Amino acid sequence: MPGKLKVKIVAGRHLPVMDRASDLTDAFVEVKFGNTTFKTDVYPKSLNPQWNSEWFKFEVDDEDLQDEPLQITVLDHDTYSANDAIGKVYIDIDPLLYSEAATVISGWFPIYDTIHGIRGEINVVVKVDLFNDLNRFRQSSCGVKFFCTTSIPKCYRAVIIHGFVEELVVNEDPEYQWIDRIRTPRASNEARQRLISLMSGELQRKIGLKVLEMRGNAVVGYLQCFDLEGESGLVVRAIGTACTLDKLSSPAAFLPACNSPSKEMKEIPFNEDPNPNTHSSGPSTPLKNQTYSFSPSKSYSRQSSSSDTDLSLTPKTGMGSGSAGKEGGPFKALLRQQTQSALEQREFPFFTLTAFPPGFLVHVGGVVSARSVKLLDRIHNPAFVGIMGNTRSYKLLDWNSFNSDEPETRDAWWAEIRQEIKSHAKALGCHAVVGYSESTSICEEVCILSASGTAAVLNPRFLQDGTVEGCLEQRLEENLPAGCGFCHIPYDELNMPFPAHLTYCYNCRKQKVPDVLFTTIDLPTDATVIGKGCLIQARLCRLKKKAQAEANATAISNLLPFMEYEVHTQLMNKLKLKGMNALFGLRIQITVGENMLMGLASATGVYLAALPTPGGIQIAGKTPNDGSYEQHISHMQKKINDTIAKNKELYEINPPEISEEIIGSPIPEPRQRSRLLRSQSESSDEVTELDLSHGKKDAFVLEIDDTDAMEDVHSLLTDVPPPSGFYSCNTEIMPGINNWTSEIQMFTSVRVIRLSSLNLTNHALNKNFNDLCENLLKSLYFKLRSMIPCCLCHVNFTVSLPEDELIQVTVTAVAITFDKNQALQTTKAHVEKSLQRASTDNEELLQFPLELCSDSLPSHPFPPAKAVTVEKTSPMGEGNFRNRSAAPCANSTVGVVKMTPLSFIPGAKITKYLGIINMFFIRETTSLREEGGVSGFLHAFIAEVFAMVRAHVAALGGNAVVSYIMKQCVFMENPNKNQAQCLINVSGDAVVFARESELEVVSTQQPAANCQPACTGGEVTT
Amino acid sequence: MTSELDIFVGNTTLIDEDVYRLWLDGYSVGDAVALRVRSGILEQTGATAAVLQSDTMDHYRTFHMLERLLHAPPKLLHQLIYQIPPSRQALLIERYYAFDEAFVREVLGKKLSKGTKKDLDDISTKTGITLKSCRRQFDNFKRVFKVVEEMRGSLVDNVQQHFLLSDRLARDYAAIVFFANNRFETGKKKLQYLSFGDFAFCAELMIQNWTLGAVDSQVDDMDMDLDKEFLQDLKELKVLVADKDLLDLHKSLVCTALRGKLGVFSEMEANFKNLSRGLVNVATKLTHNKDVRDLFVDLVEKFVEPCRSDHWPLSDVRLFLNQYSASVHSLDGFRHQALWDRYMGTLRGCLLRLYHD
Repeated sequence: MPGKLKVKIVAGRHLPVMDRASDLTDAFVEVKFGNTTFKTDVYPKSLNPQWNSEWFKFEVDDEDLQDEPLQITVLDHDTYSANDAIGKVYIDIDPLLYSEAATVISGWFPIYDTIHGIRGEINVVVKVDLFNDLNRFRQSSCGVKFFCTTSIPKCYRAVIIHGFVEELVVNEDPEYQWIDRIRTPRASNEARQRLISLMSGELQRKIGLKVLEMRGNAVVGYLQCFDLEGESGLVVRAIGTACTLDKLSSPAAFLPACNSPSKEMKEIPFNEDPNPNTHSSGPSTPLKNQTYSFSPSKSYSRQSSSSDTDLSLTPKTGMGSGSAGKEGGPFKALLRQQTQSALEQREFPFFTLTAFPPGFLVHVGGVVSARSVKLLDRIHNPAFVGIMGNTRSYKLLDWNSFNSDEPETRDAWWAEIRQEIKSHAKALGCHAVVGYSESTSICEEVCILSASGTAAVLNPRFLQDGTVEGCLEQRLEENLPAGCGFCHIPYDELNMPFPAHLTYCYNCRKQKVPDVLFTTIDLPTDATVIGKGCLIQARLCRLKKKAQAEANATAISNLLPFMEYEVHTQLMNKLKLKGMNALFGLRIQITVGENMLMGLASATGVYLAALPTPGGIQIAGKTPNDGSYEQHISHMQKKINDTIAKNKELYEINPPEISEEIIGSPIPEPRQRSRLLRSQSESSDEVTELDLSHGKKDAFVLEIDDTDAMEDVHSLLTDVPPPSGFYSCNTEIMPGINNWTSEIQMFTSVRVIRLSSLNLTNHALNKNFNDLCENLLKSLYFKLRSMIPCCLCHVNFTVSLPEDELIQVTVTAVAITFDKNQALQTTKAHVEKSLQRASTDNEELLQFPLELCSDSLPSHPFPPAKAVTVEKTSPMGEGNFRNRSAAPCANSTVGVVKMTPLSFIPGAKITKYLGIINMFFIRETTSLREEGGVSGFLHAFIAEVFAMVRAHVAALGGNAVVSYIMKQCVFMENPNKNQAQCLINVSGDAVVFARESELEVVSTQQPAANCQPACTGGEVTT
Repeated sequence: MTSELDIFVGNTTLIDEDVYRLWLDGYSVGDAVALRVRSGILEQTGATAAVLQSDTMDHYRTFHMLERLLHAPPKLLHQLIYQIPPSRQALLIERYYAFDEAFVREVLGKKLSKGTKKDLDDISTKTGITLKSCRRQFDNFKRVFKVVEEMRGSLVDNVQQHFLLSDRLARDYAAIVFFANNRFETGKKKLQYLSFGDFAFCAELMIQNWTLGAVDSQVDDMDMDLDKEFLQDLKELKVLVADKDLLDLHKSLVCTALRGKLGVFSEMEANFKNLSRGLVNVATKLTHNKDVRDLFVDLVEKFVEPCRSDHWPLSDVRLFLNQYSASVHSLDGFRHQALWDRYMGTLRGCLLRLYHD
């Protein structure tokens, strides 16, 4: 049943002149919802009309409320000819449908026209009266909250994290309908915008229904994407994590509640090895390790990974039983069983979250990913090799019955990929995949579907309703771990899914850890990191012959494994060059174009204290007899060593020395080294040969066997570090920096380069691409130099190949200034601190209980002085792991809306989530030159998109968008015709935030809550 | 490899003050890059010329897009497209409407028409200010003029309200508009020694005392046009020089009062009648538009130059003018005391300002 939607059109301003004769406009407004339309009176001869209309009332089903956007059209009245449209505003009324979010939408909206851009503004008020509906079989899912944020939103507590939800809807793309030949570009664009808005609404409603079925009340980490498949249609798909969230109303209420979960979480992972010394052990800088499961290459490169494949194909092999038997820890076994049972009920135990409540994540296995090449409109295609080998795709839609809800083919495609991901995770001894995401790249009729995530073992506590076993909890309480648990391998060391080099954890010395850890998630808050992190990118291009259909798909399928392998090697080399041992937030994007494939991997490198020190990189020459060559090699070697040393200094990586005996000798793993070698060849002889060539234990060997390899080494060394005062990362926050000020600047930068088509080689291409990315970063550093000392956070690169010789790179990130002095202090305090944390904690505990808690989280030690200051300004606020300085908010003017890709706002607290922002815009021009060329056109459009997002947030009563993301920026130009078109899709969470200095009362904040248990733990141990 | 497209869009619009200045000064992107390179920015930041080029292009594009809004500053404040902190908005507006002394001296008092616009080429060559910058400044004058002409209320307030300028700049624009409206001649060679500040000072005094607004604050154009009735009445002052007795009496009053106090007493005594005739004749001629335009030429010719050639120090000029105005009150036969004060009060201020080398 129904709701009543009420709309009032108040006024307009800055309207364009529609009547040349009078230089004025006779404007009126059409308000449309579903099939009902109302009109205001004409307000004659004014550019600032005051309609002050009555309330237009729409009585509608809540299903429609969820699906349909409110459409407001501003027109110029013309007595003699057709009325001219000035522009439109689409308002998503979803935020009004759940009780805690916005209650009214009221404000100035830019009037948008797909040809002319923003043309003035209109003031609108929208309200919804919703009647309660008890019908169980309803089709709507009003009340389910959606969040783009990929962690538990700040003012909520996760009661249960249910798991993966996905849905997709398919339709014909209006741009490709026959009618498009006869209608205007404006009509076509508007049809498309409206359709996508409608499909998004429908998709969200359907996902909401699934969440209700799972008895959840929210979707976190909601990611919705469009696939513009051209002739074969338009797919809107979304994934997310269903949760049951509790609003944190008062701190008192939530502290006790939090107590148990975090206790449990911390303890459970460690119960396997009761270790009384854990907490007080000297260098308590727990490090994390990750293994990397290179799944696509697994499936492809059969020669090296037959064993993995076997494992991954036997999903029924219970992890729990295997490992429990080996390690003999009864608790572990219990834990595994619990988790397994909790997860087994789910088809896909995936989580789109990248940050978790403390204790949720028990172990991390490594990155799992899968790709599949599909033909969009052919029935037979040589699909993905390996596990996907037998897939057949079918024609998407029967055009005679378009709009039919039959997205089976696409569903099946994704189901296959997810199945593969799941089995890869199993092979890694993990039941679950976290930090999960899906993407596509489409060129003509070929489509690459990709999915990736991080295999992990989770704490069952959050996954089910059942209460946790009290005894288990209590017994484990004493061994509060120092935050290295997630690095410990989840798989069985004697039956490893892939060769890896294991050592005992450098932190607890009890469990095995891999030598390198790759993950797609954010750095867990309790991880101990040494020094700072940095953005690491691998960039790669591969030429491909132009081909049609199946031949094309085959060519791409054949290239993919090599690309993945190279990207991986590059990442590994760059990581070593930085002297680091773990990657977080890894995102590998493979883009397909007419005549090339591009791979771009971005991640944040860090040095986890729990993982072993990375070995250096050694260069091995192929022709050792040549003297000058040898000299050259040794010269290169020296350069590499110098770079590593320089980077260690730059990123302040100085791990405490640990003698070999304590750690124990590395587990012998004969095959491990060969795995890490850079060698594309399949001959095993070479591998052996290489294995002999490097003497040093951990060294990573680069074999320079041809000019290509030489170039690769060179390119390794050409990555210039950011100028002093700048840091960058693609995760939420920079490890090692925790004194952010409130000065933030979100930006989008787009570059398109045209390749000279002559003699394109892979190398020229690689160089061009590399230069493009490097220059882009350099430009960013230059532009933002006034913000130094500053860190670019959540740097998100996307590559697309709009045409044969064009490469487009889009970057969205946020620059945050931090306090230099405190930064220094922190780093100094860091080492000291880690050595005597227990005692410090204790002292502080007495004085500043809450502050202390956060301090006791091993990953982010604060200088005590800082803790005190913060304590004074806001009694508890900063208990958060990010110790942000409570800078006084500089005269904040009305109407400023902050935007950030992060889930938080430095120096401020999010007090309310107002709903999801999900907007899609098309802009087209037929006067490209007049609008300043392609740069002028796109610059103006992106500025307009920002403006429309801000206006919607402001109208909801918010003052910021968090977890903002530009999911799509498709740009097409035709300079000869003086035309260009661009499609942009953005999303984020509208929020209200308050400066910390403004908050008098302790507001409810989850991280602060989590402190409490940690403190308790600390007390017990010491 | 060529860059087809290269943009940077911040949620808060980035404004680089140095680049803004270069843009306002009318430099092309190429020239601006060269100037920035010369400023040593590459060494300071370790950036490359390509980065600088891209950065400059980007800022220029932003300024170009903002320019439309700068033409109506209140729009800049209310628009939603560019999020700019208020202090930056103020800076953008203030700098955009700032003008060069050299330029304003060239066009002050000229009709802000197409004809003048055509002369901008020459002005650009003469002053060394780029043509682009000249155009912007000229268009600013013209735009402000168009908006505030025929508006009620104080000229300065109107300028401030519609262009959100600082008080100082709004006053300057009021002077420019006032001069343009009354077409005062300022370009003659003998006026070249005067600065824009001198004229603006006089304009302010005249607006305060000689316009319609000085007597009635409810009329259109009140601060733009001189009070016609007042100008008409000024003819009555003729008697001060036409009536020989009155002139002699006036002279003796002034001389008695200033004897011993003036370094240039004898020169003053010798020149009194000439000076007085000059000042009064200026007043009586103001009914003719032509003579209004030549007001400053006449003042310099009839008063400033004679005094300067006799090397009067400024303090003596001040003493003389004070006494000269005040003594009229003691002339029994003279009935237009109020008129005299309205005229001479302003004129005295102007003359003192105009009297320098």
